[in-house]
Amino acid sequence: MLRLVGEIRQGRGIGYPGAELAAARGACYGGQMSRQLSGGALDAIPEVSRVHPDDPHGHLRELRTDPIGLLRRVRAECGDIGRFRLADREVALVSGARLNEAFFRAPDEVLDQGEAYPFMTPVFGQGVIFDATPERRREMLKSSALRGEQMRGHAATIEAEVDRMVAHWGEAGEIDLLDWFAELTIYTTSACLVGQPFREELDARFARLYHDLERGTDALAYVDPYADIESFRRRDQARLALVDLVQDIMNRRRARGKVPRDERDLLDVLMSLHGEDGTPQFSADQITGIFISMMFAGHHTSSGTAAWALIELMRHPAVLRDVVAELDALYADGSSVSFQALRSIPVLESVLKETLRLHPPLILLLRVAMQDIRFDEFVVPAGTMVGATPRVSNRIAEDFPDPETFDPGRYLDPRQEDLINRWTWIPFGAGRHRCVGSAFAMMQLKAIFSVLLRDYEFTMAQPAESYRDDCSKMVIQLEQPCRARYRRRARR
Amino acid sequence: MRVTADLDLCQGHAVCAVEAPDVFAYDKDEDKVRILDERPAEFRRDAVRNAVKYCPTRALSLDDGTENTG
Repeated sequence: MLRLVGEIRQGRGIGYPGAELAAARGACYGGQMSRQLSGGALDAIPEVSRVHPDDPHGHLRELRTDPIGLLRRVRAECGDIGRFRLADREVALVSGARLNEAFFRAPDEVLDQGEAYPFMTPVFGQGVIFDATPERRREMLKSSALRGEQMRGHAATIEAEVDRMVAHWGEAGEIDLLDWFAELTIYTTSACLVGQPFREELDARFARLYHDLERGTDALAYVDPYADIESFRRRDQARLALVDLVQDIMNRRRARGKVPRDERDLLDVLMSLHGEDGTPQFSADQITGIFISMMFAGHHTSSGTAAWALIELMRHPAVLRDVVAELDALYADGSSVSFQALRSIPVLESVLKETLRLHPPLILLLRVAMQDIRFDEFVVPAGTMVGATPRVSNRIAEDFPDPETFDPGRYLDPRQEDLINRWTWIPFGAGRHRCVGSAFAMMQLKAIFSVLLRDYEFTMAQPAESYRDDCSKMVIQLEQPCRARYRRRARR
Repeated sequence: MRVTADLDLCQGHAVCAVEAPDVFAYDKDEDKVRILDERPAEFRRDAVRNAVKYCPTRALSLDDGTENTG
């Protein structure tokens, strides 16, 4: 944490290191795309057909309504590389192991992550600087909250948060999977990344506002991130309301006075920093931006994956029985969740991996070509956006036989389809920007299901095929209703 | 048994150095893995396999004719 604070004091990066969306730089989008080349090399790359030929922004309307359909069609019509248009930007989309490898291996000087996600800038806020190099960001993260030795404490924190969320559940009832997991993961990410005292100040209100931020990621931002539409208005109101919440917490802490060093969290540390003129270094607005960006990569991703894992378990009762049997055996000796969640839980892990393959939280990873880059016989000119797609690559039939089928057996010896297909099994991305939070994410999911499945059984409260994603925003979330019933298990 | 590291992929998490400290070290200056023993002895096989398996960026590979984990 000290090194992180050092970075912030120097006004360098405070993004959530390595994370795809959070890698977006605040406030500096725009300049780069103007040197987009036209014609020539780009024309040689096949363009995918249009569902809305009258869309003045090319394929933007389809990306805002059926992005999965668009991404799948690029591969089906064009092969390993094809192109589509978002307003005045061309996107070259690659898939398949060979071109994915070229995409994920490219250094930042060639394919830059920072300017590819303009819809994130208003979420993080204009006042926050996100200009650390990816290497610095990665180092900051490793040296702070995600260090291996912190994981055991995080596992205990997560177990306690799940226990709190189910404390008032009673014998049986019904939950909305989106609302429930989104609230739970607000508490876990804030407790693990900012600190327990800050988490204690939060309630469901914070989760609802955060949800409005995530919903404010309409791809229309590729035309205008501040366009006058409902989801952007709600996004901006939510951010202001979050700043108010943080300001209230800061006021209470100022009134309370100092606390012993070992009881401080990141908010206390940030509040204690002063500029040379003696005024506080960070406003509530800036601190809120820091926290939003720190929590962003770990929130909707973990929340969505946990919800989908439970849905797939409910859809596949035989698999659910295997997982419950595995967990019962594992915890039969009374060992703690914080101990086991860091260790191998093979059947549950295979379920989580298969959930991630079929429902990757990010379906489209984007970069901006900073110089010309070659993919097979095609040269993608500098200024073009380049994308890879976990949603499509994870379901390539040559790599994943019977790709639409939920089959956790793919990951058991000797198939190991995640390891064998290192460039197409890409729910965490791959290569130099591979999610640095993947170990934390898997630990968190194992801890959540260790607690939930130990005490409760779950059944669907709606038809199995009615659970689906709402893909109208770049941050994909479950479509509501998405309800499940729980019942407390008989005491063993 | 031969181990190799793909330095394009390594992010310096140093998980391998925890799993198999006699085979892998963390190079602080480069922020990358440094392989201490390219051909580790047979009795280190389990530790090396764990290092390969738990590498967060899949940067390590073990080649002994039976592995297919790339």
